[in-house]
Amino acid sequence: MKTSQAQSHPLDPLLRTDRIPHIWCPGCGIGTAFATCLNAMKDSGIDLVQTAMVSGIGCSGRGAGYVKLDSYHTTHGRAIPFATGLKLANPKLNVVVFSGDGDLLAIGGNHFIHAARRNMDITVVCVNNFNYGMTGGQVAATTPHLAKTTTTPVGNPENPFNAPLLAYASGATYVARWTILHARDLTESITEALLHPGFSFVEVLSPCPVNYGRRNRIKPMDMLKIFREKTIIRNDARPTELDLDFDKGIVLGKFVHDTDRPSCVELYDKTCRPQER
Amino acid sequence: MTGDEACAEGALAAGCTFFGGYPITPATEIAERMAARLPRVGGTFIQMEDEIAAMAAVVGASCAGARSMSATSGPGFSLMMENLGLAVVMETPCVLVNVQRAGPSTGLPTMGAQGDMMQARWGSHGHYEIIALAPSSAQEVFYQTILAFNLAEKYRTPVLVMTDEVVGHLSERVVIPDAREIQTVYRPRAKGRKDRYKPFEPGERGVPPMAIAGEGFAVHMTGLTHDERGYPVMSVECQEQMVTHLVGKIRNNLDDILMTESYRLEDAEVVLVSYGVSARTALATVDEARERGIKAGMLKLVTVWPFPEDEIRRLAQRVKGFVTVELNLGQIHLEVQRAAGGRVPAVLAGHCGGTLISPDQVLDAIEQHFSLSRA
Ligand code: SF4
Repeated sequence: MKTSQAQSHPLDPLLRTDRIPHIWCPGCGIGTAFATCLNAMKDSGIDLVQTAMVSGIGCSGRGAGYVKLDSYHTTHGRAIPFATGLKLANPKLNVVVFSGDGDLLAIGGNHFIHAARRNMDITVVCVNNFNYGMTGGQVAATTPHLAKTTTTPVGNPENPFNAPLLAYASGATYVARWTILHARDLTESITEALLHPGFSFVEVLSPCPVNYGRRNRIKPMDMLKIFREKTIIRNDARPTELDLDFDKGIVLGKFVHDTDRPSCVELYDKTCRPQER
Repeated sequence: MTGDEACAEGALAAGCTFFGGYPITPATEIAERMAARLPRVGGTFIQMEDEIAAMAAVVGASCAGARSMSATSGPGFSLMMENLGLAVVMETPCVLVNVQRAGPSTGLPTMGAQGDMMQARWGSHGHYEIIALAPSSAQEVFYQTILAFNLAEKYRTPVLVMTDEVVGHLSERVVIPDAREIQTVYRPRAKGRKDRYKPFEPGERGVPPMAIAGEGFAVHMTGLTHDERGYPVMSVECQEQMVTHLVGKIRNNLDDILMTESYRLEDAEVVLVSYGVSARTALATVDEARERGIKAGMLKLVTVWPFPEDEIRRLAQRVKGFVTVELNLGQIHLEVQRAAGGRVPAVLAGHCGGTLISPDQVLDAIEQHFSLSRA
C-alpha cells in the first residue's frame, strides 16, 4: 500500500500508529478528547520521555493503548491507585490518567476522592459520556436523571455526580470542565493541569452517539448542538452550581486553581523523611 | 523480634523501596515498621484507601522500577486478587505477604490458620502460575522475604509469602546478617535500541527484560491478552502464546524455584508433609514418633507453589504413606494425595484453625492409618 503525505498527522510522533485504526465508533467524542490531551502534552513542554499515561477499563480506557509513551492499561477503576504507585516510586514522572466516568467515578470513586484528598501529583482527564459505552450503554454514576440506558429502560431514577464538586470537596487543587467542542479551552486546561503540582482534574463531556445518543433519541449532530446551546462558560463558578442537568444548562469553565497547597510528594518528603540541618 | 517485624527487616535487607498498605490484623505490624523505616532509607510508604488500591499502587510502583510490596491478611488478600492478576499478566515483580488468620470472611482476626493456601494458588481469575513461600519462624520470615524479592525480580512475577498469625506475632531471636552477605537480584533490564525493544519478548529463562517508566522505551502494558509488543490481540492464538509463556516461565524453571527441606527422611516410612507454622508441629512429631519406634520423617515445603510433586511422587515409591499437617481441612493435602497417585495412603492431620495442631493429633493420625514396623 502506498502511503501519502496526506495520511500523516501532526500527532503521529505521539501515537502508536501501528495500532490505528482505533476502536472508537464513528461520531464518538473520545478521539477528540484524546487528541486534545496529546496536544496539551506537546504544548505544555513537559518532558515526554518522563511522562506516563495510565488508563482503566472502558472505551476511554483504551487511550493508554494508543499513546507512544510509557503507558499502562490497568484494571477497572484502578488507574488512579496504579498511577499513585508510579508517581511515588519515581516523582520525576509526569503521570496522566486518561479514563472514563464509569471507571474513575463509580468503580474507582473511592480512589478518586482519596487521590484528591492527598493532592496526589497526577493529572486526571475524565471523559464523561454519561453511560457505560464499552458494555453497550448501561446507566452510570454520571447519567442525567430520567435519561434512558439499557439498565434504566424507562429512565434513570437516580441523580448523577457533579464531578467537579466531588473533586473540589475531596481536595483537588485544579478542577475544570469542558466539552469536546471547546477544544481550545480544553487544551488550555489540560496544559495547565499538566503543569500543576498536585491533583488536577479535567472533566470532558463527550458524545456517545452509538449508545447514549441512540437510546435517548439524540442524533449525533444534535448532541453537539446541545453541547453548544445548553452550556454556559462561567470560570470560577461555585462548585455547588455545576449539576449535570441539560435542562438547567451545564456550567463549563475552570473552577479551582489553587497553587498554595503543597502536593502529596512534597508533604511526604517534608513530613516523613529525615531533614538535613 | 516478631515474625511481622522480621518480615519488614527482610524486605529492607532485600532493598524494598515501596510499600503500599492497608491496616489489617495480624499483618499491621509489617506496615507500621515499614512506615517508620522506609522514608529513612529513601523509600516510600503509603497507606492506601483499601487493599485494592494498595495492590494497584504496588504494581504501579514496580513499573516505575521500585522493589515493591504489600502485606495483608485474609479479607485484604481477597481484595488484592484483582491486581495480583494484573501483576502476573504485566509481569511486574512484587511481593505480597499474607499473614493468614482463620476464615472464611472476617473469621478469627487474631488467630492463625492456613486456610488461604488454595486462594494463593488460584485466587485471581484465569489460569496462571504463582510462587508462594511459607516460613515457619521469624528467622525464616526474614530470609524468605528476601528470597521472595529475589524470585519476584528474577522471574518478573508476583511472589507470595504465606505466613500466619502465630509466626507473625511470635517473638523469637532473629539474626540479621551483615548487609554484604545478603544477595539481592534485580530484574533483567531492557537494553539496546529503543525502537526494537519488545516488552514481553522472552529472554533468558523465558523472562522478558523489563523497561521501567521514564527510560524512553515507551512501553505499553495491558491486562488484556497481548503479544510480545504488549499490544492487545484478541485471538485464540495470542491467548495460547501469552498464557503458555506465563505458565512456562515458572514451570520450566522448577529446578531453580522449588525448595524443600527434609528431616529424618532417609529411612522414613511415614512422611509428614508440612509448611509454615505447622511444620513446627510436624518437626516435634517426628521426634516423638521416633521415640515410639515409628520411622517418621518430614518433608517441609519452602515453596508451596509451585508444588514439589515430583519429590512426593518419588517418595511415594518407597514410603508407606503421607500425613499432611496443615491448619485447614485439607488443601495441600489434596495435592499430596494427587501426587502420591493412590500408590500409598495420604491422610490429613489438620483442623479449622484458631490454634496450632498438637503433635498428639498427628501421632493419632499416624497410628490410626498406618500399621508400621516398630524399631
Ligand atoms: S460506545 Fe460510545 S463511548 Fe464507546 S466508542 Fe462507541 S461512541 Fe464512543
